[in-house]
Amino acid sequence: MTRETLIIAFRFFFLILVQTLILNNIYLFGYINPNLYLLFIFLYPLKKERGNFLFVAFLFGLCIDIFSNSGGINTAATVAIAYLRLPLLKLILNTQDLDYKLFKINQETLPRILVFIGVLTFIHHFILFGMEYFSFNEFSTILYKTFTTSIFTILLCTLSVYFTKKSTISNF
Amino acid sequence: MQQIAYFIEKYKYFLLFLVFELIALVFTIQSHNYHKSQFINSANTITGGLLNSSMSFFEYTSLKSENKRLAIENTLLRNKLDIKKNETQFVITDSTELKHQYITAKIIKNNYTKNNNILTIDKGTKDGLTLDMGVINSTGIIGVINGISDNYATVLSILNSHSRINAKLKKSHYFGTLSWNGYSYKTAQLLDIQRQASISIGDTIVSGGKSILFPENIQIGTIKSFNSTNKNYKNIEISLFTDMSNLGYIYIIKNIDKEEITQLENNND
Repeated sequence: MTRETLIIAFRFFFLILVQTLILNNIYLFGYINPNLYLLFIFLYPLKKERGNFLFVAFLFGLCIDIFSNSGGINTAATVAIAYLRLPLLKLILNTQDLDYKLFKINQETLPRILVFIGVLTFIHHFILFGMEYFSFNEFSTILYKTFTTSIFTILLCTLSVYFTKKSTISNF
Repeated sequence: MQQIAYFIEKYKYFLLFLVFELIALVFTIQSHNYHKSQFINSANTITGGLLNSSMSFFEYTSLKSENKRLAIENTLLRNKLDIKKNETQFVITDSTELKHQYITAKIIKNNYTKNNNILTIDKGTKDGLTLDMGVINSTGIIGVINGISDNYATVLSILNSHSRINAKLKKSHYFGTLSWNGYSYKTAQLLDIQRQASISIGDTIVSGGKSILFPENIQIGTIKSFNSTNKNYKNIEISLFTDMSNLGYIYIIKNIDKEEITQLENNND
């Protein structure tokens, strides 16, 4: 058990509890529940071996699903962005060889953080609502909910990442 | 053979990703099929316990409205009891004479904004609940139990795109099916009403009594709007009596004759 593993485990349970017990009951404007739990995916340390990460992301999504009685929609969306995280990061930083050990998302510039979080959140929410409605007739509803919920998720996640930038708890 | 090994080695993360997505898809589809949503639901000890303790913490905020609702219900029941007494001079107190038994429970997790809403309640098999029991509160129908553990159960809300509940017009015996299109938690839709039935805005819709889940004449809502063509009615919108965004204590209906009825029906198949 290294310190890193402990921090990840703590983050795992903390974010599940915050999401399911508090954020899932917000209903801003009647229906918006920001999904802060994506922070787990954004902050998970980068590694070249991605098998573990995919598996942990799968378990994480499944836990959220079990709490919110939603079948497997959060799992599918979370695994998808977990898989897309590394390619997207390479695209944003415009490099093929990342410094896996030293890279931390909250050390990057704000525009980069915003694009990284924004794109992944949008993909996540699109899959989430797409699988929830599961029909092409509801495409406009899916897009509408994706956009509106994404705005609040992105806002919350970016604030959380940005404000832990220089402080000592930046590891969290 | 080597080619395959090379292929797997090259695309191992993508394959892993596909496997996980496939599992998630299976869970999702299973949750749509309401008899099979047993595995991924919050009716287990850990999640149920957590939701329960979180609920007992936030419960105080809704005590006032809950008390008011209970007081109104008490008045209503007292009035009914009085009418019954005048009619018959005695009230049935022998429980073997009753058709339905009611069990009280509390909603510990409410959902009403999703397309497929599922609620969690704090009673389970230990309290005599089984699958396929109707759930109501004093104002109307809430849903049907679709997942159960020892101490907790999940309820397929009427605000679920897979929910189908038998309903009828209060003034006549024409019946249809109550469903939900996923838009507003205040309105549901009534399908399959015969063209011969005369309906008008403001008509009350009650449970049909054709299913064994709900007894007859439990209130559901009133007709808000509808379109009629020559052949059938379209888009009958029902505004629900129950405020699904604010649920506290609920009743689970146990149909005492359920086994007898299902057995009888199975004999005919």
